[in-house]
Amino acid sequence: MNNRLVKDTLADKIFLKFNFVFLLLALLIVLYPLVYIVSASISDPSLVNSGEMWLLPKGITWEGYTTILNNDSIWRGYANTIYYTVLGTSINLLVTLPCAYALSRKDLYGRSAFMSFLLVTMFIGGGLIPSYLLIKNLGMLNTVWALVIPGAVSVYNLIVTRTFFETTIPREMEEAAIIDGCSDFKMFTSIILPLSMPIIAVMALFYGVGHWNSYFSALIYLSDKAKYPLQMVLREILVLQDMSSNSINGNMSSDMAAMMYSKQQLVQVIKYGIMIVSTLPVIVVYPFLQKYFVKGMMIGSVKG
Amino acid sequence: MSETWKKIKKNRQLYLFILPAFLVILIFSYIPMYGIIIAFKDYVPALGIWGSPWVGFKHFQRFFDSYYFWDLLKNTLGISIYSLIVGFPLPIILALALNELKDGKFKKITQTVTYAPNFISVVVMVGMIVAFLNPSTGLINHVLDFLGFERMDFMSDPKWFKTVYVLSGVWQSTGWSSVIYLAALSGVDPELHEAAVVDGASRLRRIWHINLPTIRPTMVILLIMSVGSIMSLGHEKILLMQNPLNLESSNVISTFVYQQGLLDAQYSYATAVGLFNSVINAILLISVNKVADKLNETSLF
Repeated sequence: MNNRLVKDTLADKIFLKFNFVFLLLALLIVLYPLVYIVSASISDPSLVNSGEMWLLPKGITWEGYTTILNNDSIWRGYANTIYYTVLGTSINLLVTLPCAYALSRKDLYGRSAFMSFLLVTMFIGGGLIPSYLLIKNLGMLNTVWALVIPGAVSVYNLIVTRTFFETTIPREMEEAAIIDGCSDFKMFTSIILPLSMPIIAVMALFYGVGHWNSYFSALIYLSDKAKYPLQMVLREILVLQDMSSNSINGNMSSDMAAMMYSKQQLVQVIKYGIMIVSTLPVIVVYPFLQKYFVKGMMIGSVKG
Repeated sequence: MSETWKKIKKNRQLYLFILPAFLVILIFSYIPMYGIIIAFKDYVPALGIWGSPWVGFKHFQRFFDSYYFWDLLKNTLGISIYSLIVGFPLPIILALALNELKDGKFKKITQTVTYAPNFISVVVMVGMIVAFLNPSTGLINHVLDFLGFERMDFMSDPKWFKTVYVLSGVWQSTGWSSVIYLAALSGVDPELHEAAVVDGASRLRRIWHINLPTIRPTMVILLIMSVGSIMSLGHEKILLMQNPLNLESSNVISTFVYQQGLLDAQYSYATAVGLFNSVINAILLISVNKVADKLNETSLF
């Protein structure tokens, strides 16, 4: 970027060539597995399993996807995940945005005390068991609430949002509104929020992807298979299948087992297809929202 | 006093804004901290946390005396230090390299692609690892076979566990971690580069003497944070990658806590083990922070 200002010498030109080769290599290392998965998911299983398919799809077949889309567990997992993601993200935003705004106001009495109250939790925690016992004692086991309430606010995201409000909303505007007799509530809903669409988008995405991809809280808090999110269904198919010797986890539902065993030779291809199907929503939105993601990450790095 | 009261009254709606977040943090972060005391008790659900009998350091003693203690510690530290050594410098190198490119198509594609794996879930990631490393159908083994090496069963060989864990982590997160460094690099003053060129400095020298020092505070902060989380190793991924055959090298403290606490319901014991983990973590965080503060005058707190 800043290097365009100056002319390159021969040594610099050689360096730039090396640099290019290095980045090209990095690009290919990341890209290749991704392309392979896509190709493998629509190729003839025997060609994939034998290694003949190595880049572009060979012997194209949609059988893997047909099997996946005919599986009830996948659909149920998908529906549950969409529900948890929408509900969870809404709660996250309702809790995070107002709080971050209040904390961005320098005239708030007790602001730094509350910040310390938050920051402590970034370094000290009760750990797995006390948290589990709390959820259990609150009667939240095996309910949606165990997945969406305990993580309703992430301190990191809260600080990022606060920094956004502090740096992009002009103080004078708030002061003018206060002088005009505007209440804090009205100011937040009709002045601040409309000006803050970029950070709302970033937060919705950070939280949303988090909910979409999470499996651990479902693993520890949910016992009812009908409530499993997609990631838990995937865990049964992608991970536990290959580790069938793992007796602790031998809890695959019969529905799933039937699907896997009836199509032995398809198994590998189904796995590749499932990786695509489950990541699809994120892949589809990602290119459009990449710049927001990056912006959010960068605001976070400015910290304060 | 009335002055304070006036200020509080003026902000009363703002306190309502804070209330939900305050309650969530109080209940789900602070109450579990109080729950830690069951590490010093024999927790009986019917008696509750406070009513259960005190037992002092019994659970800690049992953990330190157990035959798996050293294995757990060795695995936890081993995997963390391995991933720190491999995973920490790479995002910096990637960011420095990307920073040398003009803003063009190639730069954009490289960034978009290298960030992408960050959005793949742990479950899918482990699914990929398992599929690619499958001894008879996996991609990696086809390549080994093609190059004339023997096929290997990586997932059931304890020797390979750490490497598979660390390298897959590098693949997934290097691009995304470089974003912060790129942000820091965009703050480099162009005049420094111009002046250096006048003095005849090559690109490499300018990277070394201008770009690197500029991002040093960011590096130190991130290093402190990663050292501080050395013991709280990603149990989510390890738990998925674990199987009875690789347990010898894949059993770490956090997965042990899960296994003892949630699968075997030994609540007090597992809490004690978890607390031991956090204490070591806090000691590491504080000491690295001190050292960084002395050497660099950059610190987290």
